[in-house]
Amino acid sequence: MALLLESIAAAEPLVVAFVAVAFVMALAEFASRYATGGRIHASALAVVIGLALAYLGGAATGGHKGIADVPGLAGIAVLGGASLRDLAIVATAFGVRMEELLRAGVAGLAALAVGITASFAIGAALASVFGYRDAVSMTTIGAGAATYIVGPVTGTALGAGSDVLAISVATGVVKSIACMVLTPVCARRIGLTSPRAAMVYGGLLGTTSGVAAGLAAVDAKLVPYGALTATFYTGLGCLAGPSLAYLVIRSLAG
Amino acid sequence: MIYGTGLLAACLLLGRLAGRCLGQTLGIAGDVGGVGIAMLLIVTATGWLRRVGRLPAATRDGIGFWSGIYIPIVVAMAASLDVRAAWSGGLLAAVTGIGVVLACLALVPLLTRLGPHDAAGT
Repeated sequence: MALLLESIAAAEPLVVAFVAVAFVMALAEFASRYATGGRIHASALAVVIGLALAYLGGAATGGHKGIADVPGLAGIAVLGGASLRDLAIVATAFGVRMEELLRAGVAGLAALAVGITASFAIGAALASVFGYRDAVSMTTIGAGAATYIVGPVTGTALGAGSDVLAISVATGVVKSIACMVLTPVCARRIGLTSPRAAMVYGGLLGTTSGVAAGLAAVDAKLVPYGALTATFYTGLGCLAGPSLAYLVIRSLAG
Repeated sequence: MIYGTGLLAACLLLGRLAGRCLGQTLGIAGDVGGVGIAMLLIVTATGWLRRVGRLPAATRDGIGFWSGIYIPIVVAMAASLDVRAAWSGGLLAAVTGIGVVLACLALVPLLTRLGPHDAAGT
């Protein structure tokens, strides 16, 4: 029986991956609802579980592809490979309308520019403090400080190593969770009470799940305003990361 | 369905091509902003198709499916990264992630005051 299962798993790696990832998503949704009372978004928890599985997989097999090194689970690397990932990320831009960006006004646009620049700057600076001094690693980690999508997209485009990509994704996940937790705490102090402030906030923070969950905890009516600017953040980050940000960081890092 | 997915894939390929060309002109071996360019392409292309009324529900679903499973795909990606080798960088990830959020939250009141006040949210 076990042998039979194994041979099916080996023949259908991608199908096994769909089942495994669906299971992780369900687990994350359950944990989000019952362990955190909905405060932490299921998507961020699912990425955390993914990173944890990658650690376990690496520790168990000694390989470099996380859980995908476990026989039978190789399909996870196909499902999460750069090709399908970029296809899905591009698809998220569908439904975005340029006219909406204009509605956000000057403050919204400025927030997007400042938010993305600050993420790259802080991420790259801290990366160099921690000993990642080459421009590719600094840019990749800076991109992760933007969102956990911009990080790997930028890193793959620049040819960063898998360990640097993992740090970059982890940075983005920490940002997303910190945003969910810290927003309700600081909301009053930073004046996050109007739709206008919510748009600025969405553009500055940019992590879609973090912004949505953070605003929902403050005032559910503000969520669409924050989401409006945040949806542009990842796209702009993917555009600027491997190009402008890399060139600037490379010229500064020497 | 396949028209939507086909359109999406075509946008990604074109974006990659443009990214590569841009990379070569800038002297970077790699794809410079290809995914971002592809996003602009899909927004422009679907916007145009919608205006001329050639974007039926099935085509939209062909794009929507991929948009819907992007988080699971990101989870699969996270699960196949070399996390064990990155373990020493865990502190860096934590410090950076929290630092960026605090810095950006602090900037909210400054930027909210920018620009004409009747521009948004009314």
